[in-house]
Amino acid sequence: MTPAIETEGLTLRYGHFTAVGDVSLRVEAGARHALIGPNGAGKTSLVHALTGNVPATAGRIRVAGQDVTVLSQAERVRRGLARTFQINQLFRGLTVIENVSLAILERERKTRQFWRSFAADRAVAEEAREHLSFAHLEEMADRPVRSLPYGSQRLVEIAIALATRPRVLVLDEPAAGVPAAQSESIFERINALPRDLTLLFVEHDMGLVFRFAERITVLVGGRIMTEGTPAEIQADERVREVYLGRRGHHGAA
Amino acid sequence: MRLIRIGAGLPLLLAAVASFFLFPEYLSLLNTLFILAIFALAYDLLQGHAGVVSLGHAVFFGMGAYTAAVLAAHGVTEPVVGLLAALLLSGLLALLLTRIVVVGNDLTRLLVTLGIGFLMLEAANQARWLTGGADGMSDFTMGPVLGLFRFDFAGETAFWYSLAALVLVYAFLWRLTTSPFGLALRGIRENVRRMPAIGAPVRRHLATAYTISGGIAGLAGALLAQTSNFASLDMLGFERSAEVMMMATLGGTGSIPGVVLGAVGFSYLKDALSAMSPKYWHLGIGLVLMLSVFVLRGGIAGGVSALLRRLRGWE
Repeated sequence: MTPAIETEGLTLRYGHFTAVGDVSLRVEAGARHALIGPNGAGKTSLVHALTGNVPATAGRIRVAGQDVTVLSQAERVRRGLARTFQINQLFRGLTVIENVSLAILERERKTRQFWRSFAADRAVAEEAREHLSFAHLEEMADRPVRSLPYGSQRLVEIAIALATRPRVLVLDEPAAGVPAAQSESIFERINALPRDLTLLFVEHDMGLVFRFAERITVLVGGRIMTEGTPAEIQADERVREVYLGRRGHHGAA
Repeated sequence: MRLIRIGAGLPLLLAAVASFFLFPEYLSLLNTLFILAIFALAYDLLQGHAGVVSLGHAVFFGMGAYTAAVLAAHGVTEPVVGLLAALLLSGLLALLLTRIVVVGNDLTRLLVTLGIGFLMLEAANQARWLTGGADGMSDFTMGPVLGLFRFDFAGETAFWYSLAALVLVYAFLWRLTTSPFGLALRGIRENVRRMPAIGAPVRRHLATAYTISGGIAGLAGALLAQTSNFASLDMLGFERSAEVMMMATLGGTGSIPGVVLGAVGFSYLKDALSAMSPKYWHLGIGLVLMLSVFVLRGGIAGGVSALLRRLRGWE
């Protein structure tokens, strides 16, 4: 079966600093795939390069078998590759439902319309409500995003990405900055996503990773150190050394 | 801002119509106010809705003014034809300029638009054969509007002509800003980084907004040239570009009725302050601008909606 994401020698350099070095990653369709590694391992850089936020220095990226290496971020989104951000990137002055509706309207290429009211588009409003209902945000639909508690804003991040109807969703620390009790509920929502949606997520909390991931890639110094099932990764001495040995440190961060 | 957007257009229109009967001696001043309101609305589509600043928007105003004047001087004296030509040509000029304006950040945009303003001013100055250079253009006569309404000395025709244009522009922009395209512009204003991550063609959106904004600014310029029978370099100068930014700021950028009030308020202030002290009126304008930013927080529209919220006990 064609993998959902496949990279070949993906490299991202900033000057002389190699943030991502020669990464060949394979994420199977429908996977729940975690990307872990100590701070500064290049996880977010890899997400940037994958999604086209930053153009890769070298290497190739394929999404569902299609080469997207030279495509812009927006074009990759149109081919089904969506992402969320570690630090909220929301339309803060717009309401929750406007945030989600905008993503739907862009997907449907309806943002070229300027002669009708966007609020009067029933199909868009209904779909937006569905995404909000999935993210448990229905009651906050008409509030400006900036007035929401941080944990709810993290869910808006995900709802916006879902509104692009992705085949592959890359989640960069979806529960970053959220208290432990709420990060549970965020991951509960992520776990409730349809199985045909491929998930690649970066996460620091090893408890969450081992519970929700079915496959784990360990990144150290911008390179893949190892990859395996949660059990294999847990048993891996090297991983323990570079990463699990400093678990307390990351738990505090 | 949304609070006063609902239904604010109708009272504004009634006030404009009432002013025809209340201030019959000031019709030509009112005409100028309507034109400036159109110009400010055009500009604020960029600053208030898409969050993109420009310090050279008078380029399009001047382009429209000269288009109308040159056409009239060459025998095309029907005003509405001149307006449409100005709309198209200024829009086209804006479209040609988007490539260099849309890239970069606010600072580079300010500098680039400022530079374009200086270039166009000098170009209009040098092209004496077409524009009359520093003397301006006044050797043209406008025909009756739609062949029916002749421009009169009291300025009655000009009043209704410009008011009709303002109503159309107001309604068009109100529709546009509540449309899917308008939402996309607000998306760019709120977070331009997220936009590509939802598959949005940001440059295309900005180019469209810039073209529409430039076209409407040109329409405003054409109105001024036609109703004052004059086109001159100051119509595309830096001062006019700066003033339109002040009007939008004073009125409440992002609010359509607010910006209209801002254009009126700014012109009134400028007039009253310069009557009080021809030498130091800039001092007064400066103070009022700072007040509108720091005290009203969002100009007239911001002040009104804050007041409404307080009255309803939302804060």
